[in-house]
Amino acid sequence: MMQTLPPTIIVENLTKRFGNFTAVDNTSFTVSAGEIFGFLGANGAGKTTAMRMLCGLSIPTSGTATVAGYNVATHTEEVKRNIGYMSQKFSLYEELKVWENLRLFGGIYGMGKKRIALRTDLLLDELGFNAERNTKVKDLPLGWKQKLAFSVAIFHEPKVVFLDEPTGGVDPITRRQFWEMIYHAADRGITVFVTTHYMDEAEYCDRVSIMVDGQIRVLDTPSALRTRFHAETMDEVFRTLAREADRAE
Amino acid sequence: MSFAISATALTKSYGEVKALRSIDLTVHRGELYGIIGPDGAGKTTLFRILTTLLLPDGGAASVEGFDVVKQYRHIRDIIGYMPGKFSLYQDLTVEENLNFFATVYGTTIERNYELIRDIYVRLEPFRNRLAGKLSGGMKQKLALCCALIHKPEVLFLDEPTTGVDPVSRKEFWEMLLRLRTQGITIVVSTPYMDEASMCDRIALMRSGSFLTVDSPANIISAYTGTLWAVNAGAMHPLLEQLRAWPGTLTSFSFGDCYHVTVKPDSTPEALRSYLESLGQTEISIRPIPPTVEDCFMKLSQQ
Repeated sequence: MMQTLPPTIIVENLTKRFGNFTAVDNTSFTVSAGEIFGFLGANGAGKTTAMRMLCGLSIPTSGTATVAGYNVATHTEEVKRNIGYMSQKFSLYEELKVWENLRLFGGIYGMGKKRIALRTDLLLDELGFNAERNTKVKDLPLGWKQKLAFSVAIFHEPKVVFLDEPTGGVDPITRRQFWEMIYHAADRGITVFVTTHYMDEAEYCDRVSIMVDGQIRVLDTPSALRTRFHAETMDEVFRTLAREADRAE
Repeated sequence: MSFAISATALTKSYGEVKALRSIDLTVHRGELYGIIGPDGAGKTTLFRILTTLLLPDGGAASVEGFDVVKQYRHIRDIIGYMPGKFSLYQDLTVEENLNFFATVYGTTIERNYELIRDIYVRLEPFRNRLAGKLSGGMKQKLALCCALIHKPEVLFLDEPTTGVDPVSRKEFWEMLLRLRTQGITIVVSTPYMDEASMCDRIALMRSGSFLTVDSPANIISAYTGTLWAVNAGAMHPLLEQLRAWPGTLTSFSFGDCYHVTVKPDSTPEALRSYLESLGQTEISIRPIPPTVEDCFMKLSQQ
């Protein structure tokens, strides 16, 4: 089912060098529309560098990548306009109210006033946040901020959303509710590209890639990876692969 | 018997926000004690009070018999503290940082090298590198060395493994277990529930309160209620199907299955025929023992 949908991320021989150091080494993969793609790897494996290139924030040394239909080396602005991004550190504007944050980010992404108003009502309804429309973000509980940050990242209905450790430090129930939001976004056709250090979350992805020393060492569904490595959990798969790493962390 | 740490009815508020709501705590000498909870639970506030960096609003606490308010200077001599935020000197080298901390505490690297050797050997190739240029895992190891260099009696580690990959996290815990054999009392906080099993005792913390304190095994055996792991052919719709079943209390993703808590009179057979009636195949329903994360979720919903 997944493979019949058109790809939204196409990466071919992507490489990034910093001096003598090859952070991302000749990497190729494809991600489909509506797919939840787990991007795993040890600290220092090259995940952040790869992700920065896919977001149009860093130009590849060689190879090509197309995200949401645009080349990340030549059309960086178009790439940025058609993706969403959220990280654990990414913060909303704490001093602004909930609706003001939505208004601001909608404006930045070039959405019209009408569309912003419409999407704001819809989103607050979905989140059950109607009573918090005029609450300053700093007064929201942490779990709510996290959900709002994700909603803001997909507010302009991007084709692809990048989530960089979105659930770090979040309590177990909110973490799971957050993943349910991810499923809904994927069901609407948004490609979700996500990194995490929680190995149980790797199971929630349609496919998982594990990066070792700048290269994608494996890429498959979680159950296929478990079978291949005779492992009970994704944690075991991850440890087996990370132990092979040469790159000292 | 005396305690390494003892606290009664500790409270702390920041304006309207109650960061600590009457915390009672005792840590035995030589114990590896974990404080486990999400961001905003109050872990860092508790650490800062116990390390004499913050005054409590109410209650009392002592470390190795010294009062955290009146005898803070004594406490500072005998504890090591690794804050959650990297706080070494970024413009000093690895070796300069370590030397600096040793000197401040009136000791030398050589005198206590035995204690840190295990960890420092991995840093030694980078001894002349600026601390600011180290990778995350290396910074973490250097911070631990600096917190240990004066041979503290009690070691406080505030979220040492946050943002660290699973392999490095495991290595870090192995280092802590080795330190524990040297008799150092260790208090460590973490948001990762799977790290709980490494501790002698854990406090599950949320919204400024301890939900429970005990050994991980005892917390698991104190879990009341029935827990099933459920799988079926169509996993996506299964979650909503489970929640709609009248016998279900809660249902959440857990790795490759759903963990379902059910009402006392619910039976696997009844759930199976319900799911079959919805067209599910390859149904698997297994009663399972809870993990610490299940316990945390249950306690935080009560």
